[in-house]
Amino acid sequence: MLTIQDLTKVYPTGAKALNGVSFRVDEPKVITIIGPSGAGKSTLIRCINRLVEPTSGKILLDGTDIAGLSSRGLRKARRRMGMIFQEYNLVERLTVMENVLSGRLGYIGFWRAYRRKFPPEDVTAAFKLLDRVGLEGYQNTRADAISGGQRQRVGIARALMQRPDLLLVDEPTASLDPKTSRQIMRLLVELAHENNTPALVNIHDVALAQTFSDRIIGLADGRIVFDGTAEDVTSDVLTQIYGEEDWSTTIRKVDEEDENGGEKTKENSLIRESSAG
Amino acid sequence: MTSRTKTQDAAPREWHTIKLIENPYLRYGLVIVAVVYLFWSVGSLDFNWHRMSSGLTRAANMLARMVPPDFTRWELLIKGIVESLQMAFAASFFGMILAIPLGLCGASNLVPRPVYLAARTIIVLSRTFHEIIIAIFFVKIFGFGPLAGVLTLIVASTSFISKMLAEDIENMPPGQLEAVRATGASFPKLLVYCISPQALPRYLGVSIYRLDANIRHSTVVGIVGAGGIGQVLAATFSRYDYDFSLAILIVIVSIVFLGEIFSNWVRSGLR
Repeated sequence: MLTIQDLTKVYPTGAKALNGVSFRVDEPKVITIIGPSGAGKSTLIRCINRLVEPTSGKILLDGTDIAGLSSRGLRKARRRMGMIFQEYNLVERLTVMENVLSGRLGYIGFWRAYRRKFPPEDVTAAFKLLDRVGLEGYQNTRADAISGGQRQRVGIARALMQRPDLLLVDEPTASLDPKTSRQIMRLLVELAHENNTPALVNIHDVALAQTFSDRIIGLADGRIVFDGTAEDVTSDVLTQIYGEEDWSTTIRKVDEEDENGGEKTKENSLIRESSAG
Repeated sequence: MTSRTKTQDAAPREWHTIKLIENPYLRYGLVIVAVVYLFWSVGSLDFNWHRMSSGLTRAANMLARMVPPDFTRWELLIKGIVESLQMAFAASFFGMILAIPLGLCGASNLVPRPVYLAARTIIVLSRTFHEIIIAIFFVKIFGFGPLAGVLTLIVASTSFISKMLAEDIENMPPGQLEAVRATGASFPKLLVYCISPQALPRYLGVSIYRLDANIRHSTVVGIVGAGGIGQVLAATFSRYDYDFSLAILIVIVSIVFLGEIFSNWVRSGLR
């Protein structure tokens, strides 16, 4: 599905954000990318749809190298990748419906976009998605009039409107409270599994990552230092990813999870159930 | 460690605010230069109390001849006002249209660097000269009359609105542009689906403000012969028809006043 080969990004300032990153995504699973700030998580996600231009390396989506595409080819490739952002990035003065339908912009002509004339099947799909993410009745509300959690639901609906082959998710919960974060992550994971869409999710909350992912990639200093399942994330792994500074707080969480294995909190077990089902 | 104990041992310690210029010679030197410059510039004004006092009597004389205002030539007055208003509306309209491409090209987050620099150069150049100077140029080129005035105001409106539009677009949060680009939308679609809804209210607000400004300016550019009520006003002054001048001034004040009320009313509705 997706193969990243030796991806490197050097910013004009000289900062090396990615340093030869390679991995493959073969199954439609939820893959979270964890790592300290500045490890290159965001750069990695953004290089895949070239919101950030990679310096070198290959990004193969079903065989096509995205890094080598022309701007027309890139637009076609971007239609296949839905992106969800930390700050939701909705067009604030447009309605919820317009924002959701913007996921189809790559498929309609300019005048249709100008007059907001989307094909009826797109509108039907948009209404379905709004219901699915829990925003029925909000279609005509302006995007700047709803809460953060609701905005992120619109963001998710917009990405899924593209019927993507890959979801790129950049810190979806970093601007949300803990409860909403869990709800949003649960929704994301459910939808990714329902639609058989692989998802690459940047996240800096290790506990959330462990709860919701099928696979975890650890990034440090622009290199992959860990690639495994949630169970493989041990204290040693976390030290390797985050280094000594974050050691005490990070390891406590892991120890708790290990020790309380039998008596998990009610919410935690609920989440595991729903994400498994 | 040693330096720390040293500073603690040093008994009387001083503290003063950080001066803008640390070097005292430079600091006081600049103060002296400033004072000398002030005296020199006042000296060059060539105050002449005799001229001032005779000017005051002339002013009193002029005011006396102004009242009562003379509205008998109201047809000429109406014609001038209508011409000024036409100039203002036409200039605002074309300014709004021309400002869109120029403003988009002047937004550094949308276009390649060379396009940006070219657009910004045009905007800066047309803003360099005051409207009166541009009006004089156009009067020299196209002759007396409203055409020169309209062209002047179009240049001024376009540069003003496009500068505001470009800056508004540059201040847009990059995330929204990024998100719409990430759906695979082309630049024109980005324009109608993200930039235009976000920038529209301010663009309209600025344009309405510019209409208001154009009404004021259209009365001024006439003084150098570019048509409108200003041209009529200049003619009355040179013919010493001061009572008619006052009539024109009263009408200009009320028109500008109404323009301001209209502009405020529209802009408050836009938010």
